[in-house]
Parts: sequence; structure tokens; C-alpha cells
Amino acid sequence: MSDTLVAFDDVLASYDPALGLEVHVELNTATKMFCGCPAVFGGEPNTQVCPTCLGLPGAMPVVNGKAVESAIRIGLALNCEIAEWCRFARKNYFYPDMPKNFQTSQYDEPICFEGWMDVDVDGETFRVEIERAHMEEDTGKSLHVGGATGRIHGADYSLVDYNRAGIPLIEIVTKPIRGAGAKAPAVARAYVSQLRDLIVALGVSEARMDQGNLRADVNLSLAPKDSGTLGTRTETKNVNSFRSVERAVRYEMQRHAAILDSGGAIFQETRHWHEDTGVTTSGRPKSDADDYRYFPEPDLVPVAPSREWVEELRGTLPENPVERRARLQAEWGYTDLEMRDVVASGLLGPIEETVAAGASAQAARKWWIAELTRRANDAGVDVVDLGVSPAQVAAVQALVDAGTINDKLARQVFDGLLAGEGTPEEIVAARGLAVVSDDGALGAAVDAAIAANPDVADKIRDGKVAAAGALIGAVMKEMRGQADAARVRELILEKLA
Amino acid sequence: MSDLTRLTAAQAADALAAGETTSVALTQAALDRIAAVEGAVHAFLHVDAAGALEQAAASDARRAAGEPLHALDGVPIAVKDVLATDGLPTTCGSKILEGWVPPYDATVVAKLKAAGLPILGKTNMDEFAMGSSTEHSAYGPTYNPWDLTRIPGGSGGGSAAAVAAFEAPLALGTDTGGSIRQPGAVTGTVGVKPTYGGVSRYGLVAMANSLDQVGPVTRTVLDAALLHDLIGGHDPLDSTSIDQPLPDLVAAAREGAAGDLSGLKVGVITELSGDGYQAGVLARFQESVDLLVKAGAEVVEVSCPNFVHALATYYLIMPCEASSNLAKFDAMRYGLRVLPEGIDNPSAEDVMRASRDAGFGDEVKRRIILGTYALSSGYYDAYYGTAQKVRTLITRDFDAAFEQVDVLVSPTAPTTAFELGEKLDDPIAMYLNDLATIPANLAGVPGISLPSGLADEDGLPAGFQILAPALADDRLYRVGAALEAALEAQWGAPLLDKAPSLDGDSA
Repeated sequence: MSDTLVAFDDVLASYDPALGLEVHVELNTATKMFCGCPAVFGGEPNTQVCPTCLGLPGAMPVVNGKAVESAIRIGLALNCEIAEWCRFARKNYFYPDMPKNFQTSQYDEPICFEGWMDVDVDGETFRVEIERAHMEEDTGKSLHVGGATGRIHGADYSLVDYNRAGIPLIEIVTKPIRGAGAKAPAVARAYVSQLRDLIVALGVSEARMDQGNLRADVNLSLAPKDSGTLGTRTETKNVNSFRSVERAVRYEMQRHAAILDSGGAIFQETRHWHEDTGVTTSGRPKSDADDYRYFPEPDLVPVAPSREWVEELRGTLPENPVERRARLQAEWGYTDLEMRDVVASGLLGPIEETVAAGASAQAARKWWIAELTRRANDAGVDVVDLGVSPAQVAAVQALVDAGTINDKLARQVFDGLLAGEGTPEEIVAARGLAVVSDDGALGAAVDAAIAANPDVADKIRDGKVAAAGALIGAVMKEMRGQADAARVRELILEKLA
Repeated sequence: MSDLTRLTAAQAADALAAGETTSVALTQAALDRIAAVEGAVHAFLHVDAAGALEQAAASDARRAAGEPLHALDGVPIAVKDVLATDGLPTTCGSKILEGWVPPYDATVVAKLKAAGLPILGKTNMDEFAMGSSTEHSAYGPTYNPWDLTRIPGGSGGGSAAAVAAFEAPLALGTDTGGSIRQPGAVTGTVGVKPTYGGVSRYGLVAMANSLDQVGPVTRTVLDAALLHDLIGGHDPLDSTSIDQPLPDLVAAAREGAAGDLSGLKVGVITELSGDGYQAGVLARFQESVDLLVKAGAEVVEVSCPNFVHALATYYLIMPCEASSNLAKFDAMRYGLRVLPEGIDNPSAEDVMRASRDAGFGDEVKRRIILGTYALSSGYYDAYYGTAQKVRTLITRDFDAAFEQVDVLVSPTAPTTAFELGEKLDDPIAMYLNDLATIPANLAGVPGISLPSGLADEDGLPAGFQILAPALADDRLYRVGAALEAALEAQWGAPLLDKAPSLDGDSA
């Protein structure tokens, strides 16, 4: 059963989309939100647990100060107000992966509120208003065994791993984003992508969407064009890549429009995103009347960050990612297209470090975007996990700049680096990769090439200098690529003058 | 020494220090007494004879080796079954936790163990501390040692009865709306609810987190001070525990026992007297007030007008917190697990529903329903929100009163022990027992109950309550010890000497 969809352009002819994004960021604190258990990814099931995160009778929570610090830094980076006084609240509902059958979260007193982030889409800036960012604990993880889909429906039984229970989360909620029109999917993607850059720059989370460190819920509604109203929304949960965020928004716009066009009504519900087929399916009904019976957590005292501390933390904020990008583009002289490729590849940081280690901006970009990305794709790993450091890339380029090797030989140096053969200098020496510019050795090779290609030699003697390329190629082949091409050219022209 | 069970904890500690007895002897005497009277009293849900004797032997070895010892090292104690004890069953008086053995100790239990007090066992209580009679225990009621047809108070009837029946010199209780003080009043024992945050709640299975407090249950004011001093103080595992040192409670008790209260201003709370209070309880109360005057205190009447709303406020805040606290009992990880009848392949929710239905008693269900309703969207402001505002007004009443006087006093409970079953079908009548004790929990101030004598009508114990400002727990001990000394001088012996012996010997 597949949904009826309306062509994207037709959606926009009749409707204005409104977006809302809820992003959960799993913090990289050493310990959990309310106990001393390690907050680590993976591990044997139910080994990173204690009476508190298991919700055993009598156990009590204690707030992780580092998590509060991370929440405040995220809030400040998002231009939020930081509450002078706020509390945790219990969100009450029954689910086996919640040890206490309530989640300790924040309700009407979030630690961060009223902020904004500017996002760039194709040179246009959209201001996304942030409603709140609040602290909460993650739940355990259910594993449904048996059944075809891994979902609870049809499963024989379920297991719960509470290692994740109590890991600190920051939930960042936008206000409705309106007026993006056709760019709504791109705005959603750009927001999540730039938010991730920010989180990475802050160093508060691993922020890997594929590992669930950063999870996006996408709210979307359509209203009749120019009506100024908000329609009924759906909430698509746990969309776990930038591309999927964009696709999910686009899909929901097309699906909503089809329902509305046929005179139907949108049913407020959560929806599941299917990465493989690119569709959403119905989850559970959700209404604003969902009653979580929130009330202030009586086992915790209020969090009241002093203004001095907040200002101290403000001083630790990294450069705003948008400003940083603009600054680096200007410094490096990249075109918009080049810059977009670099940002999309997530290589801004490595390239910045490579430049800082002495390479030119263009050389750094060339090695990372072309050579190393290709090798990473071949190996099926992320380029930053390939095993070549920015300092090594800069060292290779320094050898090229010095004329010791050329680009072709440099690729062999990268082979050596990946094989763990030592520093670039050691690899050049061990593999005998240095370019030959000694006239004695080169002269013999040039003479041999001239003798073997008399037709070409005659053309050059007749003034067709461009023909020298063929002789250079022959020399390079003879020298197995290790000849100084510029010197070879000079020798050819001298000998045939 | 003729009967070691008759010693107060302080006397037992002195006897140990003097080498006149051993911890093993004290502990064995308590265990023998338990074996003799438990059939009649049923104060315990679990007795750990082997464990207690092992701890007692370790205490004696420490003493023999000349190691530095806590004042109460070697004195046995009973622990209310709402406190987590590593390796000992902890049921909270509920079927839903039958057989659950915690893998950790409550902080107060860890302190007892570190100080070397052998733990005799776990005492009976109303299920999840919900009740004023211990009749709501899923494991059967506890009987009042003064009259086995009557209730021992609640929820901590087990701890109070164990101490009153000389089964233990000391016990731990917990007090959410009077669960230490009211049982103390009706069993002729001493019970203290410390300042909120004065004693760690880590490991106390919460009924209402903002009201619960662990405290001592003893036969004398000095014993209560010694135990309070041991269990009190800051705990990093309890965020609501107060990070400052306790006042010198033991010194205050010793000072008070000298009997001089000159300079002390005492306020009699207008609202906690009169209608609904038994004549004999009021008579004993007035006599005690007169004794305070005789000891040099100045007594005035103080009005706390919002106290009349305390019961209603309490019965909103407490069920709200309790309904959420008790959600964790869902058969998924521990405790009772019941498969629903007539459902093939039941879902987790089906199992939760069936287990909670079978595992919780009526009073617990009543409070879960009350709290769930009061927290529901649309009702929250009217109920929980309003209750919190009234709670603030009650706290302000205390603040204003303590500007005029050093301590406030009232009868602890409006009546002496009532008959088993008498109020079981009338929750409101049951709730009224806590009328005088609830305000202290709402405001977080400390309170003590000590025996004021026997009511003329029924010859049963009545309780005298002293309340002090938050953090001024020492005042309870100074005034309590002075009154205790004056009363005992009148009686010629501790009140409990008048209680039936229960073992066939004459009293």
C-alpha cells in the first residue's frame, strides 16, 4: 500500500508548508545524566547500569553538572536565554524501556529558551527560531526478537538493554518555520546539518546521526496558500541522515497535499521514516491531549546557574560555524562551489588543519576531496577515519612543493602511509620515489627517446615545440615516473635546438 | 544483667563499654524476645537472626581488639521494610515486591552497618507506607503491645511495636505525614521526624519524595538523639539532603534532661486541639504543658490558621507524587509478575496491568487513582498547583509562629490506639489521625512525639508533639528530654513499664 503523492511543484501552488524540528543530542559526558554509570555507546547489554538508572526502588537521581554545562553552552551557541532557575519534571507514561515509567525531563521551565540560528540555503539566509533546549535522560533500548521487521508487532518476545537509559540528552525544539516554501526541505536539511556542525564545534557530542547521537524528528504541516494559518501536523520520528531529513519533508509535503486535495483531513500522528524506500508510514496517534501528567521532579533541587558561570561559558564558545565558513572561504579563495563540496564532505576541519600545517588551501582541498575521499569510499570508511592525518597530508605536499616528488609519486606516498610505512620522508627514501633531476641520468634517457622517435624529433627541430610532450612521456615511462618533467623538457629542447 | 531487652540503647551502649555485656548477648536477647512475642505482636516481616548475630560477633571482636567504636556499636536495631537492605528482602509491606532482595543498601542502612549496629530484621508497615494503622500491610497487621486488639499506628506500626514490645531497643522509621510520630504516640514510644533533608532518603522507597523523611524510633529521647546523630547528615546521593552539619543533638538531650527550660518560649497551636481530640489525650497534653511551665518555660497560644487546610493539601500532594513513584512497579524488571487470564500472547501492557492489579492493595490503588487524576491535564492547576500554594501558606504560618516562640506543641494524634478494623472502611476517618502531624511534613520542619501518659478513658498511651524550626532539631531533644524527665519523675518509672509483658509474666 503506497501513499498518493502530489507533484512537488503542485504542492507549492496550493499550500504553504510549516516545519518544526526537534533534535535530540546525546551528550558525550563521561557519566550518565543522573548517576555515575559510564555513558558509553555499545557494551554488553545491561552492564553499564546501577540502582539509579535501573530505577530500582529507593534509588535517587543526582544531576550531572557537566551535562548542565553542555546544555548551557548549546543554548548560548543558539543565542538562547539561559534560565536563572529551572527544574526537572517527570513525564509520566508506561513503557518497558523506561525503568521508572517516567522520564526525568524538563517541562515548562527549560534551561535554554528563545534563541535562533541562521541557516544558509543556496546563498539565502533563513532565521530559524529556537523555542527551547532542555535536558532529559535517554530511555533504554528495546530489541524485538522474532517477527520479520524487528518491530514490536509480530515479535516473539522483547529484550531491553538499559545501558542507554539515563544517558544525557539535550532536546532542541524550533518554533514553526514558515515562509520557506519550495525550500522547506532544504531548510530542514540545512538546519540539522548546521546544528550538527555547531554541536561538533562545541565538542559536546559525537553527533553521529548514524549512531543515534543526533536524532531528528520532523514536524510538517500544510496550510492553504497565503492563509496565514497552521495546518494539522505529523511528526516523523528518528530521521537519521541529513539527506533523509530533506526527503522526509518533501515526502510529507507531497503526501499531505494529496490528502488535502482529495478533501481529506490530516490525522495528527507520529510517522516512521523508511530510509530504504523513502516513504513514511503511520506510527501512533498523537494529540496535544497526550497526557504525560508532568510535575516537578521532587527528588531534585532546582538548577540555578549563576550569571557569572553563564558568562564564563559564553567565553568558551567556538566561532559561529556560519562566520567561520565565510572567513575560511575568504582566506582560502575557494569558489562557492568548492566551498560547498568541502562543507558537504565534512572536511572543513581537516582542511583547516592541513593548511595550518603549511599546505596551500588548493593543495589541501585537492588531496582531501579527490584523493583521500576516493580511497575512503573504496575502503568503505569515513574519510576522517581513513588513517591519514592533516599533518601527514601537509608533509606530502611539502615534498611536492620542494620538487622532491610530483603528484603521481605523492599517491604512492599515500599508499605507504596507509600501509604504515612511516613518515612521508621515510616512505620516499624507502621506496626510492624521489624525482630524478640529475642531467647525466636524464640526458641518457632523453637521447634514447630522441633516437627511438625520429619523426617527433624532426617536428621539434622544425619548431613544433608542442610535440615535445610525446618525448617527455617516453622519458617518464622509461624513468618509471620519477623524472623531473620540467628538466626533461628543457633537455629535449636544448638537444633539438 | 537480668533482662537485657529492658535496657535503653544508651544503657546498652554503656554496658558494652563497661564490659558488662556483649553485643552477641544483647542481640541474642532481642532475638529471644522476638521469638517469644512475635506470634502476638507481628512487628517483623523478616528476621535475620544469623546475620544479626554475625554482625554482633564482629562488633564484639572490634571491641576486644580495641578499635575505635561508634557509641552505638553493638546495639541491635530493627529497620522499617521501606528501606533498601542489601541481601535482605525489602517488600514495603506489598505483595508486588514479595521476594525482592535489593542489591544495595539505603544510605541510612549503610551508616548503621558502618557503625556496627546488628540489624535484627525488617519491620511491618502499611503497604508503601500508606496508612495510619499498619492494617494495610499485605502481610497482615501488627498488634499494639498495649492491647493486642488495637492498632499500633501507622505506617510504621512494626517499628513502634517492636520497640514498645522490647523486641529491639532501636528502630528506623519513615515519616511522610506522621508515620513515625503517630505510631510512637499510640505505643508509648519516642519517634522523631527530622528536618526535611536532614537524613538521607537514598534507598528509602518513596511514597511522597517531598514529604518523606527517615527518623529514629526509640524508648527514650536520648536514644533518639543518639540514633538521629548516627543516621543524619549530608549525602551526595540525595540531592535534597542538606549540606551542613547537624546541631549537637545528644548534647541537647543531655542538657534538657537536667530539667531547666527557663528562657524557652513554647507555643500551643490553637488549631491542633479541641473538636475531634479525645478528652484523655487533651488532659495528658495539658499536664505536660503545665510541666513545661514548671520547668521554667513561658507558654503562649499561637494560631496557625492555614493548618486547617493541611489534610486536604497533603491528600493532593502525596498521592500525586506517589502515583508517579509507584509506576515503576510494572513486573518488567523485578517483583511480582502476573500473566493475565484469558489473553493469549499478552503484551507488556497486559502483564503490567494484571501485575499491578494483583500486586497493589486497595489503599495503594486509591492513592494512585487520586494522584493520577489530580495530575491530569486540566486538573493540575486546580489540584496540585493549588495544593502547592497552600503548602507555602502553611510554611509561612510556621515561619510566623517561630518568630514568636522557640517550639510549638500539640497532641501527636487526636486519639489513643483504636480497635483493629474500626476505621478500615472509612478512609477519611483514618486520614484524620494524621491531622496534627501532617503540617510538619508539608513545611519540612522537625517534630518529635514522646509519651505524655495514659488516657483516663482507656488506659492507653497518648503522645505529646514538639515541633521546631527547620534545622533546629536540637530543640526537640532539649525540650523533649526535659519533659520526659519531669513525667518520669511523676510516674516513678518509664511509661512502658506499665505495658503488658506479653510473655505470660506479670508486668
